[in-house]
Amino acid sequence: MQEIKVDARGRSCPEPVMMAQNAFQQLSSGEEKVIIHVDSPVAMENIKRLAERYRYAVSVEKDGKEFYLTVTVKNNA
Amino acid sequence: MSNQKMIIFSGAVVGALGVILVVLGNPANMGICVVCFLRDISGALGLHRAEVVQYLRPEIIGFILGSFLISLLFGEFRSRGGAAPLLRFFVAIAVVAGALLFLGCPLRMVLRLAAGDLNALVGLLGFVAGIYGGTIFLRNGFSLGRSYPQANINGFLAPLTAVGLLILCLAAPSFIFFSTEGPGSMAAPVLLSLGAGLLIGALAQRSRLCMAGGVRDLFLIRDPHLLYGFLMIFLVALVGNLYFGFFNPGFYEQPVAHNDGLWNFLGMFTVGFGSILLGGCPLRQLIMSGEGDSDAFITVVGYIVGAGIAHNFGLAASGAGVPTAGKIGGVVVLLFLLCVAAACSNYRLFLSGKGGVKLDAGN
Repeated sequence: MQEIKVDARGRSCPEPVMMAQNAFQQLSSGEEKVIIHVDSPVAMENIKRLAERYRYAVSVEKDGKEFYLTVTVKNNA
Repeated sequence: MSNQKMIIFSGAVVGALGVILVVLGNPANMGICVVCFLRDISGALGLHRAEVVQYLRPEIIGFILGSFLISLLFGEFRSRGGAAPLLRFFVAIAVVAGALLFLGCPLRMVLRLAAGDLNALVGLLGFVAGIYGGTIFLRNGFSLGRSYPQANINGFLAPLTAVGLLILCLAAPSFIFFSTEGPGSMAAPVLLSLGAGLLIGALAQRSRLCMAGGVRDLFLIRDPHLLYGFLMIFLVALVGNLYFGFFNPGFYEQPVAHNDGLWNFLGMFTVGFGSILLGGCPLRQLIMSGEGDSDAFITVVGYIVGAGIAHNFGLAASGAGVPTAGKIGGVVVLLFLLCVAAACSNYRLFLSGKGGVKLDAGN
């Protein structure tokens, strides 16, 4: 299982969500994980909403004022 | 309250207050206008001497303080900054120059539209086109870099400034200019303006309401979330304007507006494009200022300075139309924004090595 890490801390809108989307599209096939590190609740919510629209499983871990989003991507391709 | 209900509720409140503040005394179709009000503040501070548009608008003070207080309450206040602040300052000047050609920020554009001012429809087309242009650069890696956590004093500067302005507004010392005629003299009672500002500031902080973000997210990630806020402002203000008899459809005889279509389009194109580069509309910059984002606050300072420049140089439009200097200025700022967009994206203009969203692909 491949795992991609994205550091989107400190980025203005909509960069974090675009970086997450780029990561989703980079994944090839099978079940893979994308872990996105953000430092703003806005970026966290936006990425969570994006992942949910793709119907990917997403979990959020809060670390002080920062967040780690773990998105499990299942591509059938 | 779910995020979706929150944005819809916030939009409804902004739309309602946008009309109610006119009933209470604010200028017609200008219950709330972030850029117009910052321009009035610029004049009140003596940064420009257009005598009809000088007032320390309490709504603006409320936006910052409302956002500050609610972000403290929810633990979202974070002092941060350092992502190309100087560039943001200059981009802000360009955005405000564009807004003063159209005569309004995106929020006032929607309020004007809801009152039947069809010039605002031309402005909306320009705004959407500008945002679309901005997304092209975003797709090609446009970025102003990343911000970092800063000492708390950086984030406290915006709310402290807001408190200082509030004191000046209430004390009205002789070195602060207050219009005695024109739009600057038309205002709702101070405490009601402040209260409306605080409420909108708090709601916009919780809901992340952003006029530019709504259209941008639709283009970029097909997400209409923020657009619900935009639409609710329009619908509720439309109902309010019909109720109070403010609705007057047409291009002519519209309050604080002109009908030069080209510049209504290009003015809002500049605002849309520039707001994408800045990561949010003028309202959003005020809200982020209250959350401790010093990059957003230097942007707000840029708006205030830019409004001073626009009026001192005779660039700003008026009900009479767009002056020649304004047209020249409009072209200059638009070219400037295009250069910034290209320089900070993968187009690598001016041999810029920086910029671009990089993907950290470690395992």
